[in-house]
Amino acid sequence: MSDARPAGPFGRARTASRAGMPGLAAAVLLGLITSAAAEPYLPEHDDVVLERLPAADDPRVREARRLARALDRQSPDPEAALEVARRYVDLGRSEADPRFFGLAEGVLAPWLDAPDPPPAIRLERAALRRARHDFDGALADLDAILEVWPKDVQAHLDRAALLEALGDYAAAEQACIRVLRLYPGLVAVACLTSARSLAGLAQPSYDALAAAAAAPADDPTRSWALTILGEIATRLGDMASAERHFREALGSGARDVYLLGAYADLLLDQDRAGEALDLLEGEERADGLLLRRTIAAHRLDDPRLAAWRDAIRGRFAALRQRGAATHLRDEARFALEVEDQPKRALELASRNWALQKGPADASVLLQAALAAGAPEAAAPVLAWLADKRTEDVVLERLRRALDGVSS
Amino acid sequence: MGWLLAPAPVAAHKPSDAYLRLELAPDGSHRGAIDLAIRDLDQAVGLDGNGDGLVTWGELKARHGAIEAYVAARLEVGGEDGPCRLLPDEHLVDEHTDGAYAVFRFGLTCPAPASAIEVGYDLFFDLDPTHRGLLTVDQGGEVTTAVLSPERPHVRIDAEARAGIGVAGFFGLGAEHLLFGFDHLLFLVVLLLPAAHHRAGGRWLPVERWRVAAVDLVKVLTAFTLAHGLSLALAVTGVVDLPTRLVESLIAVTIALAALDNLWPWLPEQRWRIAFGFGLIHGLGFASALGPMDLPAAGLALALLGFNLGIEAAQLAVALPLLAMTFPIRGSTLYRRGLLPVGSVAAFALASVWFVDRAIASGVR
Repeated sequence: MSDARPAGPFGRARTASRAGMPGLAAAVLLGLITSAAAEPYLPEHDDVVLERLPAADDPRVREARRLARALDRQSPDPEAALEVARRYVDLGRSEADPRFFGLAEGVLAPWLDAPDPPPAIRLERAALRRARHDFDGALADLDAILEVWPKDVQAHLDRAALLEALGDYAAAEQACIRVLRLYPGLVAVACLTSARSLAGLAQPSYDALAAAAAAPADDPTRSWALTILGEIATRLGDMASAERHFREALGSGARDVYLLGAYADLLLDQDRAGEALDLLEGEERADGLLLRRTIAAHRLDDPRLAAWRDAIRGRFAALRQRGAATHLRDEARFALEVEDQPKRALELASRNWALQKGPADASVLLQAALAAGAPEAAAPVLAWLADKRTEDVVLERLRRALDGVSS
Repeated sequence: MGWLLAPAPVAAHKPSDAYLRLELAPDGSHRGAIDLAIRDLDQAVGLDGNGDGLVTWGELKARHGAIEAYVAARLEVGGEDGPCRLLPDEHLVDEHTDGAYAVFRFGLTCPAPASAIEVGYDLFFDLDPTHRGLLTVDQGGEVTTAVLSPERPHVRIDAEARAGIGVAGFFGLGAEHLLFGFDHLLFLVVLLLPAAHHRAGGRWLPVERWRVAAVDLVKVLTAFTLAHGLSLALAVTGVVDLPTRLVESLIAVTIALAALDNLWPWLPEQRWRIAFGFGLIHGLGFASALGPMDLPAAGLALALLGFNLGIEAAQLAVALPLLAMTFPIRGSTLYRRGLLPVGSVAAFALASVWFVDRAIASGVR
């Protein structure tokens, strides 16, 4: 899934997931089976291992399953269900594995459509709605929680992250200020500086967050703050500092698909494709990471390119088959940087921009517009960025290039 | 063969899907197969007999009865005369992008050959509401697909609707791609600028009768459609596979050459030949917009037919007004010294710009 930076880990970190709407391409691609399927076969021995279940490698999964099995689905107990749902949501986020979100939904099924569920359940439901790409529903849930629990820091943090992803920096900032008042500390500063850095205050935000992150803090928060710091530094063009921050965040050992993706993008932007491949060694399950590996392989003419490229095509096809176009940004990047189809990339990037407006979303659209020789398509995005006063060296470079084309 | 297939990358993460295929025979002897992710089945009926986190073929075999019962309880296929009976056939294994699936093949005995069948699907939804059943129904080569979800657990497939769903969608897609493909549009306009004329002795002479002009127009358009239909089919089925950048550059070249021909006739006299030759290239351009298509031959043929009809319809919508405009002024000085040369030069210039743009890599790193 197109990973988004998780919201602040107050209590537990959460994730957001990017959405797309089924486009015309969904109608076009009618497949019998996914294009990656081979023919059905009969295994030769009873001992042949067909599948390695997630429970094999991860005790968290075993524990979540054990608790899920113990649930009484006929007369559901909100506390018990919530406990299981939280674990599944955490697993879904950290592994970028949407099946866990599905299982969380299954556990919260009695409350999924309830107009007024208990606030704690509503918070998980908001996270699941985001994962389902129902941004309006997620915001509605978060607003409702805050009416009952105006001091719930996690709800404010979730809201801020969502608003930032949608490009409403002013509202995100307001939410972060609430966090600051309720729970001053690194989490609040990171929340605030993240939003402000996109709204014309990049350098002051960096300085403030760097100072705050220097103080000791617990690991998930620090790692999250360092990720944001790295992103702001990247946008300011200070690649050396950005890399230092990403490495430090990785050093804490927490598994974070989003962070790996951000660092890989930094390396790719600096034409260090080989290092990007090394960084993502073994990372193939999460679509976003395989995509970056494939982009790196494409640039280096790596022999593994064909297999990875086919795998990604198969994954996008599988998603289109089920009517979900959840990876529009990734699809656009794939079309642009691997398949060499700038027009199609521009179309995908434009559809993506209608749904979310982060710097990465702007970047792929501007690059596609440039490659497709269609600077007029970039105009609304450039206008939007100018209005928000977003500072980003990559976007600025693209803007100058597009200006050169259209004049 | 066994477990070692062609080198497959590590399985992806994706939401939960099952693949249900039904083949409906006219005499009521239907067959089906359902691909169920081993991961999903393990949640639903339990597969890991020894609890070591690995599912072996032996463990899966031990649960085949449970799988059959699970499917029979939650999958209903029926017609107007009542439900069909599910007859287990064989169990196999298959690979999809996200791992191994159990393949359960079965026969269906239905009360009477029905013109409409209903499918009711209720697998896994209670455990995972994001699960989807991806249904493909094949009725003698005509393919219908549907996505079954908790919001839409039933689908009805009937005789009249099935052909329409696919073809109508592709018709719209074809029309849209022509109308929004400015290079294809421009080529058509350039080709049809001299629409109400024919060439004789190196000059454009007006055609006297509307009917002749119209017939010529249809010949040109049909030749174009046949050509791009052919190359589209070849490209979509993978027989022809040229890089997009090359195709896009060549399309610009076709426009430039056609524009040049308007001013200094050098291409064959019969416009339909030009339309056919250059149409082959434009068809490859359409293919890159369609993307890969993975249908059985009959379904693919219908889809392409719909797509090409859509393009043809859009072409007519562009060409007929063009002819109506140029016909009254055919042979006039306004046309010969004004519209034709100016339009052709402008098109040539634009096409040249596109060619340079497309042939040379552009992009910022």
